[in-house]
Amino acid sequence: MDAAIEVADLRKTYRGRRTGEVRAVDGVSFRVERGEFFGILGPNGAGKTTTLEIVEGLRRPDSGTVRLLGRSPWPHSPELTRRLGVQLQASSFFEFLTAREQIETFAALYGATKARAAEMLDLVGLAEHANVRCEKLSGGQQQRLSIACALVGDPELVFLDEPTAALDPQARRNLWDLMRGISAAGRTVVLTTHYMEEAEALCDRVAIMDAGRIKAVDSPAGFIRSLDAPTRVTVAAGQLADERVKELAADEAFAVDDGTVVFETRDPRRLLTALAVDGAMDGLAVRTANLEDVFLHVTGREWRG
Amino acid sequence: MSLDTAEARTGLPAGAGSGAFASLFKALGRGWIRDRSQIFFTILLPLMFMVLLASVFGGGDAAASRIVAVGDVAVLDGADPDDFTVTRAADLDEALAILREGDADAAVVQDGATVRIYPSATNSTSGAIAAGNLSALVDDVNVEVLSAAAPGTPVLETEVEEADGGALKPIQYLAPGILAWGVAIAGVFGAAGTIVDWKRDKLLRRLRLTPASVRTFLGAKVSVNLVVALGQTAVFLAVAALGFGLELSAWTWFAAPLVLLGTAAFLAIGVVIGGIAQTSPAAAGLSNLVTMPMAFVSGAFYPLALSPEWVQWLSYASPMRYLNEALQAVVVYGEPPTAVLPQIGFLAAFAAAVALVSWKTFKFDEL
Ligand SMILES: Nc1ncnc2c1ncn2[C@@H]1O[C@H](COP(=O)(O)OP(=O)(O)OP(=O)(O)O)[C@@H](O)[C@H]1O
Ligand SMILES: [Mg+2]
Repeated sequence: MDAAIEVADLRKTYRGRRTGEVRAVDGVSFRVERGEFFGILGPNGAGKTTTLEIVEGLRRPDSGTVRLLGRSPWPHSPELTRRLGVQLQASSFFEFLTAREQIETFAALYGATKARAAEMLDLVGLAEHANVRCEKLSGGQQQRLSIACALVGDPELVFLDEPTAALDPQARRNLWDLMRGISAAGRTVVLTTHYMEEAEALCDRVAIMDAGRIKAVDSPAGFIRSLDAPTRVTVAAGQLADERVKELAADEAFAVDDGTVVFETRDPRRLLTALAVDGAMDGLAVRTANLEDVFLHVTGREWRG
Repeated sequence: MSLDTAEARTGLPAGAGSGAFASLFKALGRGWIRDRSQIFFTILLPLMFMVLLASVFGGGDAAASRIVAVGDVAVLDGADPDDFTVTRAADLDEALAILREGDADAAVVQDGATVRIYPSATNSTSGAIAAGNLSALVDDVNVEVLSAAAPGTPVLETEVEEADGGALKPIQYLAPGILAWGVAIAGVFGAAGTIVDWKRDKLLRRLRLTPASVRTFLGAKVSVNLVVALGQTAVFLAVAALGFGLELSAWTWFAAPLVLLGTAAFLAIGVVIGGIAQTSPAAAGLSNLVTMPMAFVSGAFYPLALSPEWVQWLSYASPMRYLNEALQAVVVYGEPPTAVLPQIGFLAAFAAAVALVSWKTFKFDEL
């Protein structure tokens, strides 16, 4: 079977009178398998949206090729679009319609029933807000409605462009559950995000994108493993005697700051067992490497998402 | 709601095309009805204009001239009260003060055999009419006196026949013009505003990723605008006829295709404007910039025959001129559609030309 998405050497330069040339996408290649949850992680202006728009067939690349479910996304064909579900970065709704009218209109475009529309509204938790006009919904509710509209045609492949931007932490967690469900139903999902922990929590594989290029692609665990970074264990001040610190650290690195001890260890199990025996667990913190460290490592610069 | 979900999941293409059009038409139509500003621009504003202009130009029948008589004015004794309303002033100064306030059209003083008329300078048109009416009254009195003195001598009499089966009452003249203007602003502002909204909302972008074609969507949008134009025309003509005494000819129904054609032309203009403008205020400003001169030189509010020559020349470029002329011909004069074929031809050519320009210049990428 064809891959869900195959992209080879995409390039897109925006030419503005005032802004000059912006190389938004600069030689991007990747492949997404069917059923995969694929993330594109990058800071503002990395070129995530432009890449998605080219893959969806909304923009023509300057060069490069895209295969979407085995075909070219351009020109648009109903056979292809009815298999896609898309949530754009900016919610786009019909003006002055309620949530229900909105999704029923989209349902009709995909040839789906009103019952299906109601089911989707329920799925994203908007059943009680069905009769509220879209412009009166909160930002998070609009995002969820937008996702419901993306799902109403029962797509095989779903594109979500920063669905959790500007949501509060609780709403973000709810949306994570929703996205896990979408993926668990067997769909291929492509997600762009600013949030490390989001990519880590949801994606099978993540592409790290910066300045128009994909710097690396791997699973979150694979990234962290390959980073081969030590685990940092922080012990609160007054829990350990100085000699004991040296003993525990053995050959590994440690630092003391105002009494607080930070160990960097390759063997967290040994260290943590010893600390437990010592009864030095109060205020203990363990930090393993995460995608943030990966980003720093891969791009050579600090994360500022 | 009792439909089968399993079928929905398969997303059968059967019937999706017409269903898509119907649902888009419904969605866009609902949006239009719920948008108060649209209702205001399309329905209320033209009606307000009609009320305003109809009262400025008078209710239809020429009102009686308001005369201030200074002292005793014998010639007014025989005046028909339908033609003259007479008030009295003690002296000329008081009478002239009344004229200056605009409370009368002319003052009159009779000094033996001399009738001296002071037409209003404040309101020179009605002043001139009042002076004319007074002169005619004096002539009538003279004729009576002369006939009594020489009963055998024949006198000449004039009889005024009105052209076009009676002079146009102001409403007959104004209604087609205001309607043409209403259709123009609804089309231009509507299309320009919609396109700027689409640029902002990216709705078209989203719709391009559904199985429905963009053509279906644009077709639904244009259909909504055409239906709106028909509704606007029906409401306007009904109010003009019932509230303002507009007499509708038997050919009035032909206003429908005329308005549709006009709307097509104005929508095309709006699309060009919407392509240029990036924000709603810019779209509204540019729309004004186009519709105001277009209305000004169209003869819709002021007869072209009385306008300066350059206005008459410019009017040939204004699609409103043709819509106005055609509407006036069929609705007011009751001429058959064949009489307005030139206007229809101009409108159609104009619509086609502007549509072509909008198609060529439009940056679909921005939507
Ligand atoms: N329509 C456009 N015209 C000109 N430049 C553009 C346009 N859209 C995006 N850009 C520029 O291209 C670059 C990439 O933008 P893009 O929207 O793809 O980034 P992004 O990764 O999606 O960012 P964000 O996280 O903020 O959504 C940016 O520098 C942006 O300024
Ligand atoms: Mg983006």
